[in-house]
Amino acid sequence: MERPPWAPRSIDISVPSVARIYDYYLGGSHNFEVDRQAARRAMEFLPGLPKIMQANRAFMRRAVRFALAEGITQFLDIGSGIPTFGNVHEVAQGASPGSRVVYVDHDPVAVTHSQAVLARNEDADVVAADLRKPREILASPQVQRLLDLNRPVALLLVAILHFVDDSDDPQGAVAELRDALAPGSLLILTHASYEGIPLPQERRLGAVDVYHDIRNPLIMRTREEIARFFEGYDMVEPGLVPMALWRPETAPEDEDPYAFAGFAGVGRLGAARAKAGRHHAAGAAGTQVPCTRRNGRGA
Amino acid sequence: MTAQPQGAEDRLRRLTTIWSRAVFPVTSTSLTRAEFEEQLLPLARRLSEALRAGRFDAAEGEAVGAALVEAHCTAPEALSRSLDCLDAYLVLYCGEGGDQEALRARCSRLQHAMAAGFARALRRRTLAEQEAIAQAALRAQGVVAQALHASEARFRAVFEGAAIGIGIADLEGNVLQYNGALLRMFGSEQNLRGRNVREWAHPEDAPHIWRLYEELVRGERDHYRVEKAFSRPDGTVLWTNLTVSLLRDADGTPQYQLALMEDTTERRLLHLRLRYEATHDALTGLPNRTLFFERLDKALNAGEGHRFGLCYLDLDGFKTINDSLGHAAGDRLLVEVADRLQSCVTAPGEMVARLGGDEFVALTTAADSRRQVEDLALRIMNALGTPIRIDGRELTVRGSIGVVEGAVGERSAAEVLRSADITMYRAKSAGGNRFERADPEADARVITRHGLTTALPAALDRGEFFIEYQPLVHLGDGSVRGAEALVRWLHPQHGVLGPDRFIPLAEHTGLIVPLGRWVLEQSVRQAREWRERHGGDTAAPLRINVNLSPCQLRHPGLVQDTVEILEHEGVAPDALCLEVTESALIGAEDEVLEPLHRLAEMGVDIALDDFGTGYSNLANLRRLPVSALKLDRSFTQSMQRFPADPVDLKIVEGIVALAHSLDLAVTVEGVETGAQAEQLRILGCDTAQGWYYARPGPPERLHELALADATG
Repeated sequence: MERPPWAPRSIDISVPSVARIYDYYLGGSHNFEVDRQAARRAMEFLPGLPKIMQANRAFMRRAVRFALAEGITQFLDIGSGIPTFGNVHEVAQGASPGSRVVYVDHDPVAVTHSQAVLARNEDADVVAADLRKPREILASPQVQRLLDLNRPVALLLVAILHFVDDSDDPQGAVAELRDALAPGSLLILTHASYEGIPLPQERRLGAVDVYHDIRNPLIMRTREEIARFFEGYDMVEPGLVPMALWRPETAPEDEDPYAFAGFAGVGRLGAARAKAGRHHAAGAAGTQVPCTRRNGRGA
Repeated sequence: MTAQPQGAEDRLRRLTTIWSRAVFPVTSTSLTRAEFEEQLLPLARRLSEALRAGRFDAAEGEAVGAALVEAHCTAPEALSRSLDCLDAYLVLYCGEGGDQEALRARCSRLQHAMAAGFARALRRRTLAEQEAIAQAALRAQGVVAQALHASEARFRAVFEGAAIGIGIADLEGNVLQYNGALLRMFGSEQNLRGRNVREWAHPEDAPHIWRLYEELVRGERDHYRVEKAFSRPDGTVLWTNLTVSLLRDADGTPQYQLALMEDTTERRLLHLRLRYEATHDALTGLPNRTLFFERLDKALNAGEGHRFGLCYLDLDGFKTINDSLGHAAGDRLLVEVADRLQSCVTAPGEMVARLGGDEFVALTTAADSRRQVEDLALRIMNALGTPIRIDGRELTVRGSIGVVEGAVGERSAAEVLRSADITMYRAKSAGGNRFERADPEADARVITRHGLTTALPAALDRGEFFIEYQPLVHLGDGSVRGAEALVRWLHPQHGVLGPDRFIPLAEHTGLIVPLGRWVLEQSVRQAREWRERHGGDTAAPLRINVNLSPCQLRHPGLVQDTVEILEHEGVAPDALCLEVTESALIGAEDEVLEPLHRLAEMGVDIALDDFGTGYSNLANLRRLPVSALKLDRSFTQSMQRFPADPVDLKIVEGIVALAHSLDLAVTVEGVETGAQAEQLRILGCDTAQGWYYARPGPPERLHELALADATG
């Protein structure tokens, strides 16, 4: 029997994957020729792409350390990709053993690879889910098992939101996650932007086209648009800035110019905001919100 | 100096700094440069020691090369920059005091070993990572395949287990797949396997079915829903509610057509059965009123040039059969009649229906309906001609038929049926066992009659009635003795109507009682006015004659009403004469005569109207409280000629003699000529009325006549 058109599609490794392209930029070999071709094509327009990725990793590392310094030992990393090295769990568990990490990705290969990497790590796990469906993430057994949403969590949305089109309401997804978090939680976020890329506009557009061709359109946003994702959060110093300028540990003048592309920032969830979100947090951690009422807690 | 080892360490640091500056920009590490430099420091120390060791150990260089890969310095530039850096600075910073030549050679060998170590480690790492990602892809595919399998199994179960028939065909119409439910509907595989959708055309297909199909397979339509029939191999018909959807691939290109079929055969049969029951008479199985009206409506809307014919049959005396033999026998009779009627309608466009009770109707829409419908009526009469045997009795059934024929588009179904009904009653009142053709004038009369009947009560309330008076003249001296009150109806549409047009209707509806009382009141009031105006001038006061209908005669309030009216107006009873028809009194019981007796005793005159028209029982006259006879106009008509028929003269002379011998006065009506009047005077009649004296007119006219008479 021929495969019926309504059946889900199988994995097609002849289609480039954003996660594997990212790995290639970071010098990894967790990728196939189609990924490398796409990566090389994008690099023809933006030779500094590997530096941008590296800056992302470096920022993430600094931000995780900042979270640990804040006393946070729970991490939810959405869009984690292929965990090459310098991952959240390596940084967090290296500095604070017992830290709990849940990775989320919608690329099935990235998920199975992560499963292999984390096979013997009891405090870390991976969820196959989509940022566009936050409820599925929050309700997943992995999140339920590893994270206590009544305590602060560091939510990482590193280099992912620029793959979500406005028609998929990324703002709503980020807000829904926020409403599930306890006060004191952190939002750790980076986002691609035309601002700060040291190249003419047509070259930047060329790189964007490559991603469009591989059916993972890259949505460039302005600083103002990116700042809106932090609604409900208080920005941590120095605010939303080019990645290299967020609490640098190296003199910025030593950084590669590409490290200043895009924006990075960390927000802290205030008590007032989180209060409104408590309901959702309870609902997400345990049962659905309407059930809470049925359980008699509301009445 | 203690600065010696410090100096060596310091130089090692400086070498490391130079090395890290050279390599850091091409690494992928997420460490800071300072952290990275800390990672390089032990490697630099290892190289420094290997440089100065007594025996050259290639493994040390290889280990450093591998460590570089470990530190994510995987780019080729990381190796070349490292080698460049070590080539230039290792001996310079770490080879102090040694044999420079030997150190350079050792450094060179170390670099070779480092390159080999780097290459080996990078190769191992690359292979391991390729292995890991391939494994991950395989596992992911396994997971998806499993999910797909589960999903397919689920869909397969839905597909197979669905109660609804499901079939999939390609866009050329070739059937690819079908489920069990569809197979059960079609009855056998031969009608499905390898077949093409286009082979399933059925004579009952609506034309749009295949137009929708073509639109769908062309991709112009995503789905359609129709009612469709299919022929089964066993010759039976499968009726379905069919929904066809176009299935497209991910790019939107049409791929397949999906048909969902619901078997509606049973439902359709039930619907047909219900429809049959709703449109047929349960007793006879003939079409009922509903279906008949549907057909009649259709026939009447057939468009210009078409004609129709209709026979409306009502059995004569069916009620008697029902009452005497019982309803069961009556029903059997109706069934037999229905069968015979059914055998009369054989031509296309003909039908027979039972409207209810013993009323049947036959319809023809044949082209020559004028001749056809009369043939049909004759056939029906003939069919009823043979006696029907019920319970061992031979029953002769006859019927009356109203025939309507005409062009379509002129009348509504209700109007046609009303005309047929009226015509049938005409046939019935003409004695039955016959058919009559519809006659627009006869219809109009009946319809007007009906209209007048319903308008009567309001007419009385609105004061549409008025009274005219016709003088009664004494034949002896020609003086006016009184007048007969004659009621008229000034109808808003029909103008002035005489009593013959509406008194029978008023009798029928009972309105005659209030109408009669009104006439009596008006007339008595008029009598009083005449009396007041010239009561003293004439020898005898003017009297008023008022007609009394049979219905009023039986009304219990007659005596009291009359007395009240007379008293109210202050008129003496002997000024009033009530005229009663002969037919109303002949054979009447004593109770009916009683009120007349009482009125007569009070002094009211009672006249026997239309005398001589009915069965004139002369002997009966004695027991009636009458004081006068009014001879019918038929007696006087013959006297208009000259010379008058001597037999007629003898009869009138005899009647007058008889009346006078019973002490009854004689009045003649319809006197139109002077000769007539003279003749009647000679015959001994007492008073007369008629056009010769005056036509009925307003009360003032009578006053003038009376005055003229008095002075003349």
